Order: sequence, then C-alpha cells, then structure tokens
Amino acid sequence: MTVDSTIVTYLENLARIRLTDTEREKCTDDLQRIISYFDELDAVDTEDVLPLSHAFEQVNITRLDEVLPSFPTEAILQNAPRQKDNCFLVQRTVE
Amino acid sequence: MNITELTALELAQQLHTKRLSIAQVLDAYYAAIAEKNEELQAYISVCGKELTYARAAEIQARLDVGEIRSPLAGVPIAVKDVICTAGIPTTCGSRTLEHFLPPYNATIVERILAADMILLGKTNCDEFAMGSTTETSYFGITKNPRDTSRVPGGSSGGSAAAVAGNLAPIALGTDTGGSIRQPAAYCGIAGLKPTYGAVSRYGLIAYASSLDQAGPMGKNAADCAALFGIICGPDERDSTSAKGYRYEPPLQGAMPLRGTRIGIPQEFLSEALQPEIKQTIDSLTQKLQAEGAAIVSVSLPQLAYAVPTYYIMACAECCSNLSRYDGIKYGHSADAESLRETYIRSRSEGFGLECKRRVMLGNFVLSSGYFDAYYMKALKVRRLIQNAYLKAFESCDVILGPVAPTTAPRIGESLDDPLAMYLSDIYTVTVNLAGLPGLSLPIGKDSNGLPIGLQLIGKPYEDAFLLALGEALPSC
Repeated sequence: MTVDSTIVTYLENLARIRLTDTEREKCTDDLQRIISYFDELDAVDTEDVLPLSHAFEQVNITRLDEVLPSFPTEAILQNAPRQKDNCFLVQRTVE
Repeated sequence: MNITELTALELAQQLHTKRLSIAQVLDAYYAAIAEKNEELQAYISVCGKELTYARAAEIQARLDVGEIRSPLAGVPIAVKDVICTAGIPTTCGSRTLEHFLPPYNATIVERILAADMILLGKTNCDEFAMGSTTETSYFGITKNPRDTSRVPGGSSGGSAAAVAGNLAPIALGTDTGGSIRQPAAYCGIAGLKPTYGAVSRYGLIAYASSLDQAGPMGKNAADCAALFGIICGPDERDSTSAKGYRYEPPLQGAMPLRGTRIGIPQEFLSEALQPEIKQTIDSLTQKLQAEGAAIVSVSLPQLAYAVPTYYIMACAECCSNLSRYDGIKYGHSADAESLRETYIRSRSEGFGLECKRRVMLGNFVLSSGYFDAYYMKALKVRRLIQNAYLKAFESCDVILGPVAPTTAPRIGESLDDPLAMYLSDIYTVTVNLAGLPGLSLPIGKDSNGLPIGLQLIGKPYEDAFLLALGEALPSC
C-alpha cells in the first residue's frame, strides 16, 4: 500500500481536518510507515475466524421505558460557542 | 512523619484514628504541589483551596463522630483530566477542550465523592489519551519524578507522576492500551486496568470505547484495591458495565501464592526486552516458586501482531468518537463562513498532530476499499488473541510478564518516531483487546535507578484475586 498525496488529501477530507504543509509532509511519511506495518496482519491466517468487535459480546441493553429527569437546557448550552433562543446556533446549512 | 510519603491506606488510618486532621493532610499536599508541580507538571489544574477546605470540614465533622463512609474517607485524590468533573475544567490535554466545563460528574467521580474522598486536581495526560509518554498534551510535558530528564509514560503520566512525586496519595487513570500500567511501571507505582465493564465509563471522555477502562493508581496494590472497591460495579448509564459485578476480596490472611499456577508466555521474554527487566522477572519467578507457586509456560502466538491489531481498532474507534468535536456544541470553535469550514478549522486548530494522525488512520481503515483488508482483519486477529488467552488460562490462574520493553525513555526520544512509540505498547495492548484485568507493580530498578514494572494478567472479572496476589508478592 503506497501512501501518496492523493490519499492524504482524501483522508483530510474524510476527517474534516486540514493539515499545514509541514504537517502534511511529516504525516505522509508517518502514515506510509504505519500502514505498511498494519500490512503485516496479512500474514495471519484468519480463515473461518469470526470478527470480535467487543471483548464480551453483548446484545442490545435496554433500560426501563420511563421518563427520568434530564439536564436543564442552560447546563447543556453553557459550553456552546454560539447560541440563540436556547438552541445551538449554526451557519445556514440549506441554500 | 512526612505526610505525603504515606500510602493512601496509612493516611486513612491516621485520619480515622484522629492522629491527623484532613486540614493537616491538605496543607501538606498543597505545599508539595506549590513546591514541585511547576517542574513536574503533573497537574493541569489544582482545585481551589476555599471549596476544598470547606468540603474537608464537612467530612472531618463526620469522621469526628465516627461516621466513616469508606476505607479512604478523608483521603485526597488526583483525577486524570479525561474524566468529567462537574464545573471543574476537563481538558483531555487538548486545546479543543481548553475551556470545557462538564455539566456533570463521571460515575466514578460521584463514587469517590460519595466515599468522602477529596478531589485535589486534574492530572496531565497525552491529548485525548493518545500517547505513551505524556508529551502530546497541549498543556506541557509531565516529567518523571524518579528522573526529571525522563518521561513518566502515558497517557496517564500526570496521575503516575503525582503519586510517585508525592503530590497525591492516590489517583485515577484510564487505560486503553496500557495507559495506567505503563506509566505506573515507569514511575515505580502500582496501577490496575480493570476487566472491561468492571468500572463505569459514564463521564470518561471516549478514546476507543471497546478498550477504555478507568482504574486506580497508587503506591502499592493494597491502595489500588481500596480505590477499586469504591469505583467498580454496574452503572445503568453505561450499558457495557458488567451487570452484577461486585468487588469481593479474598479473606484476609489467605495466602494466594501457594498452589497458584503462574503462566509465563514464552513470547514475552524475547530479545527485545531490556536484559535487566528480564533478570528481575527471572529472579521474582524463582522467589515465587520458593513460596509454593507453580510456574507454567504458556504461549501467545499472535503477540507479534498485537500492536497493529490494537492501533487499527483504536484509531477506527477514535475517529468515530472524535467526530463530536465540531466547534458547534462545545470545545474550540473557529468562526468561519460556512458550516463545513467551521468543522475543518475548529478541528485543525484544536487537535495536535498525534491526534490528527490517529483520526486520519481511523478514517483510512474504515474507508471504502480498505475496510475489509484492515478493520475486519484486525477484528478477526483480536478474536485469535482473546482465544489464545482463554487457552492459556486453561493451564494457569494468572499470567506474569513485563509491562514495557524498557524502563522510562528520555524526554523527546519518542515524539519523532510514532511507530517506535506504538511498538513499546506490545506487552499491554493484548490485555485491552481481550478485555482482561492487568495489574502493574513496581518490582525493582535498573542500573540507572529507573523503576522496573511487573504485569500480572488475570482471567475476566478476577480483579480482586489479581490485587490480592499483588499484595502478597515477595519483594525483589
């Protein structure tokens, strides 16, 4: 697997991150070495092995369907960079 | 008596028998922090004296009438800054959360407060717990109190340095791939990564949710056991917490060493291990045999693949977890023209390079065309690693090995080469992948006087046995 500038730009886009030129140079090299290291897993025989996403597999855990107190709106909004009328304020998303 | 050199349980005994007051203890710790924190940078923030002494007075009033709510009532504690504390800054070592004030306490914080422990401050860590040296924090580099030219390990390096440097008697850390055990080993203290699900993750700011666990860090195994007893147990607010889990220590005076079968994976003692660490483990093994333990050779054939498996899993989970930092709800926010540009600039300005690298790696292993080759492959190897542990535990009760391949490296040695830093996690990451409990204990020093750690790995939910065994270990 070769990591080139096209892949790095693709990943920046997916991650909603924009690297500086210096960061991009370092990252391209680091990602190449790390992903080549990931490639070593190819050597492991995983034929017929089921994936394990959680150490102790669980089915859906539900709680009783009852109304419990929730946080006051002010407490949840206290860290919001921009707010209006007790809501998070965001830029226009539909033209 | 030097108050700050006492273990947490010794301190509790002094407080509960009225030989010391909580105010005297706080005086000693605030003085130690004022003297040493600027150099060590163990704490990112220290709790204000006014509120802390007021709370101490309330607890003192209870102790004075004999109301002792827990074995550690009145004892101060430091908490890693990835654990939410209501109204007290919780930064995750990141510019992103520099001004974040959580609206609620993590369950484990509620539990330490209900146990009448006293929060001293929030400790430094690698940004969002991503790192093995506590050098990636936005708030500065924590130093190892045993040798300040060395790193304390990470990511719970601030908690380890606070306990080892006598700036706190005990601390909470978190461990996703070794972040409690490895700094404990580098700083010469004890630390437990509990069984996955033994401790609630509610209010623990997520890095990799299927691997993260919070746990105790203390001067010895007994202190860790006392704190673990306070924080563990099911929590309705964390659906992955283990239902019905209870801390049940073996009866006092029980001798867990005699007859215990201790497994040593042959792959753990390879040439990559610093010779002095191997010698120290060999010497301990002989003492254990002399005390009646049986040493059994076991095998973890996938050890060589543990680090890539872990980093694929952890990066995949972290890129999902860190997508919440969008500059809208909380955290660092850039004031840009469009919503998309707000996301990009807020994240690019808020995250450090290691964090960006892991988020991008996570996007890579989950992206179309690479998902099967990397992420699914890692999930399958994860099962093979867990199976290998379950097979090993058919012939032994506990597994013993090193915590890290070397003692603490010098500051600056690891940052330029992330892959080399990742490789140093080889002995700790399998424990998180398999969900097992792992205990790190100080067992000696190398020729530079740097602490050497030992790791005990237990069967799922046998945290109490592991801690009791840790208390019974002979010294080297």
